[in-house]
Formats: sequence, structure tokens, C-alpha cells
Amino acid sequence: MNSKQKDLVWVFAEQADGQLADVGLELLHKARMLAEKMSSEVSAVLLGDRVESLCPTLFAHGADNVYLLDDPELKDFRTQPYANLITQLVEDKKPRVVLFGATHIGRDIAPRVASHTRSGLTADCTELKIETLTIKKVEYPDLLLQIRPAFGGNIIATIISPDVAIQMATIREGVMEMGSPDPKRKGTIIPIPVELDPVEIAVRIIEKHQEPSGVNLKGAPIIVAGGYGADTPEKFQHIYDLAKVLGAEVAGSRAAVDAGLIDGERQVGQTGTTVRPKLYIAVGISGAIQHRAGMQESQKIIAINNDPDAPIFSVAHYGIRGDLEDIIPKLIAAYKSQLH
Amino acid sequence: MSLHSIVLVKQVPDTSNISGDVMRPDGTVNRARLPAIFNPEDKEALELALQLKDQFGGRVTTLTMGPPAAANMLRDTLYMGADRAILLSDRRFAAADTLATSYALHKAIQHIGDYDLIFGGRQAIDGDTAQVGPQTAEKLGLAQISYTQEILNLDLDKRLVRARRAIKNGYEILESPLPVLLTVIKDAVTPRPFDVKRLCTYKRAVSKFEIEAMADESHDLLWVDELLEKAKAENLYIETWNIEDIGADVSMCGLAGSPTKVHKVENVVLSGSEFKNVPATAEGMNEMIGELMQDHIFG
Repeated sequence: MNSKQKDLVWVFAEQADGQLADVGLELLHKARMLAEKMSSEVSAVLLGDRVESLCPTLFAHGADNVYLLDDPELKDFRTQPYANLITQLVEDKKPRVVLFGATHIGRDIAPRVASHTRSGLTADCTELKIETLTIKKVEYPDLLLQIRPAFGGNIIATIISPDVAIQMATIREGVMEMGSPDPKRKGTIIPIPVELDPVEIAVRIIEKHQEPSGVNLKGAPIIVAGGYGADTPEKFQHIYDLAKVLGAEVAGSRAAVDAGLIDGERQVGQTGTTVRPKLYIAVGISGAIQHRAGMQESQKIIAINNDPDAPIFSVAHYGIRGDLEDIIPKLIAAYKSQLH
Repeated sequence: MSLHSIVLVKQVPDTSNISGDVMRPDGTVNRARLPAIFNPEDKEALELALQLKDQFGGRVTTLTMGPPAAANMLRDTLYMGADRAILLSDRRFAAADTLATSYALHKAIQHIGDYDLIFGGRQAIDGDTAQVGPQTAEKLGLAQISYTQEILNLDLDKRLVRARRAIKNGYEILESPLPVLLTVIKDAVTPRPFDVKRLCTYKRAVSKFEIEAMADESHDLLWVDELLEKAKAENLYIETWNIEDIGADVSMCGLAGSPTKVHKVENVVLSGSEFKNVPATAEGMNEMIGELMQDHIFG
């Protein structure tokens, strides 16, 4: 480990079209907490074309430094230029911890950076901690505890990378809180020269098509979500009906997405979106840990399930045991009657 | 030049089918109780490779790293249309994390030698990490196209492939020189059923472990070489490779070659919150809605 290195905790600051992804800002907030335990600074790594104007936002959210790699070749994300440049920088500066959002981009490049630098990498962590551990009488300072549900969500695993210099993790958007920015925070921009070999830019983007998603689960005050218990389109229609009456967004568990009942972009849980609405109504969702990881911070939770022992009841504030086809019409009627 | 695709496949425990007796009382998982299946996205990756073979000719090789029982899945790949199946299996590969896995796979791919395209599923359902594909590509020094939805064009003269991949809220079309590694996401394509003629032929395909077990049963160990030669001659041998066969460094494989270690595993503890059991009656719902309204949840 390089004792001269002051910034031991790094965050990949993902941007597209000059817009920072929320997940990078969320990770900066977490990185500050991790860095404090290591008495270290936090650095963001920013790649793009004419993106220097994004640096103040990164400082406001907790970065002390921004490694700025600014080049026209980096305008659109491509695997090799991005992964190779970050790899070089990591090899050169040797941080202890590097965090990536578990996005299409983060999950594409983090494994390549970890592979080349022989770092430990854990995907989709739901919690991160820094601790000094003693294992078999050997002390390992500043280990990154990479915590995630595993094996169908029946267990929570804590992963460590004790024998390597660099510890990496990916984290889904929304899992970490963003914290409030401090516009007065200042930091240092460290420009890094960008040199790319023709081989590294041989993959060409022929066409790109993106539509802003009409789905905003993260911002919805009320969410009605269906799971495998609503396993027919007829049963799922009750969920849409309830959502319409309440002005809520509709979401689903992974089981509902896998069964084709609802779009993947509406999936709540560890491998979907993490939400914190005022009210979350879980209909026919058994409540595996991966799902609970994505909704248990909701202010109020109503669980509707015909399995009286479903784990979802353990995180719910209100539990209604029975068939959704019986319960939801009653719930709609009760809501309508009290509106007047 | 004829097209050669390698498809990385994995046999996985069916995590979507976890029942009570799979979990031991101490919270650990009894893998033996879980049915083993062909990782769904890997199966789609194989289908994409087979479709290219249908169109352009050439060969498809399937490669897995796993326990001897993974030969079952390799037979499935032969039933679907693979020309050659390779089982990378060695006790010293056990407990590999994604880095050690991709190290072993890349050594095996180098041992195979020539290839134009490498396919794999985006992720395996027992870990959902999506790391092995990109890490294998990196170790081979290859470009990658992750989240592949469709192959749009393959130009073997110019040695270029064009593919559509999923990105946030949309897709992009990339063109990459060959060779390249592609990871395939679910619902890209529907895997073909087993071909009945191929099934009749390749159900007799055997790995080295299976040949050894057959010889063992007959109490004639000398028989192994004979059976092996016979299987090879009939093109019914599931090639079985160990660490030495692929020239891998033992210290880079299995647990020893894995930077990530499981520090601890906990049973999921459910946090109890204030909980109200609401009767499924109009009165019960009215009371609950009333409380939520008082808490200003609806407005």
C-alpha cells in the first residue's frame, strides 16, 4: 500500500450526455463515511468530453478530488477506452477502495478493471463498511466489508478481499442515500492526460437509441407492487386498479418480472430499483430478502398475502392475510368512502 | 475461413426453486438438494451461436468449468447442436471467485486456440454478478459486447460483427472487429429444443470421469484407455481437462486464486416493526385507511 496516497477511496462518477448519474453521487456520500474511518480523502473519477463543469457537483456531494479524463474520444461510453484508462489510473495511484454504480456501464467496466489489477470485486452490494479484522492472528487494516444477499436471498454474505491491495464493489442505484449536497465544498481537479491506442477504440457505435423512461419509481410517493401471488393477468389487473385509485406507480418483484407480468424497469429489489415511498403496498409478494432490500425503508408498508407465514409480514406495518381478489376491492372501497 | 464460436456455459443450482429443506438450520445452503439446471442466459448464448452456424457454417464449441456432473449440461449442448464440448474440471478449481474462474476459462480458451466469437450469458442465476464474461475478455485482451440482444450482421471477409446491446432506457448498435466476446441477456432469443437424432447419438457421449466410473464398476481399470479411445473414435468424448491440461498456474485457480473470500454468512434476521394484523373485512380496511390518512400518507 502506498502510504503517500491521501485519497484511498474512489468513486466512478458515471455521466452520460453531460448529466451525472445519481448513483455516483449516492456513492460519494457513502465513500465519505468509509474514508473517514480510514482518515482518507475521497476522489471521483470522471471521464467524458467537456465535462469539467460537472466537478463542482462532485465536490458538493463529497469528493475532495476529481480525476478528470476529458477527451472527444470519451464522449460516448465505450468499454475499452473507459476500462483501460481507469485501470491505468488505479494501477498508478493504488487506491484501497473503488466503487462503481451497478449500472449497464459500471457492470461492464468494473470487472475489467478488477481483472487487470487483480482486485477483489463484489457485485450488487447492499451495505459497505470499513473495519480492521484479525483473522488467524493476522491483522488486516481497513478492510472493505462487502455485504450482499446471496443464494436466492436466503443468506446475507459478508465478502472481504484481505490479501489484495485494491477492494472494489458495485452498488445499485438508490441503495445508498444521496445525502444533501454542500455547494460550498471545494476540491481539487486533477487532469489526467488521455492517450488511446487505435486498438482500444476499434469498436464503433453505429447507432444509439434512448428514451427517457416514463417510469419514476424512485420519486413515487405511493407504490403498489405485485409478486408471484398475482400470477395471472387477471389478478395483476387488481394491482393496476388499486394503483389508479391511489395515484400510485405500479411495480413488481423479480418473480413478477420473470413471469412476464410486468416490465423489468418496474422491478423493485436488489437487482431492480430501491425505493423509499411514503406507502408501499406489497400484493402477493412473499418478501425474499432481495425484494425487502429494495423497499424496507418505505415509511409505511402494507402486505397482502394468502400465506400467513410470508416473510413480507415481518417488515410490514399492516398485514392483511387473504386472497388479493377479495381484499383489493374492499381496500378500494374503504379508500373511496373516506375520501368524502 | 470457417467460423468458430466458443460458448461459455455453466450448470447452476436452480435458485428460483428453493424450498425449506435446502436451507440447513445453521443458515447455510445444502447445494445437493437443489436441482442443477443449464444457466438460462448461457442457453440463449448457445442458441445465438448455433444460429450463426446455421447461417454461415463453421463450428460451435461449448466450454464449462464445473464439477463432473456438469457433463449432463454439456450433453444438452450437444443435443442442441454443439460440435464439441469441453469439461474443465479439477478439484483445485473449487471455490473460485469470478477472477479465478475467468483466469481458468481464459487459459482453456487459449488452449482451444483459434476462435472468432466467444459467447456467454450475461450472468449466472446463482450469483448474478455478470463479471466472468468481461473478466475473461480482459484476460484474453478482447473487446466485449455485454448485454447483447441480437446479432445484426457478421462479415467474415472484413472480420466485423454488428450487434445490438441493451443500455439504460434503450439500446445501441456496436460494430466490433473479430474476435470479440459477447454476453447475452435473457429474452434475446428462444433456445431450440433438443434435436431427436442428435439426442440418440450424443446421449452416449461421456466425460473422462464417466469413463472412469464405468471402468471402476467393471473392476477393470485397464479398460479406461480402451473406452477413451473408442469414445474419441466415435466422436462421443466430452473432452475433460484439468489444470495441467490447460497449463494454468495452480496459485491463480480456485480458492487460492480468488481475492474475494466469504468472511461470514448470516441467516436473514427479520427486523420486527410495529405490526398490525388487519382483518380482511370492510371495517378492518376502513380503520387502516383512516390511520394512514391521519399520518398524511395519501396527500
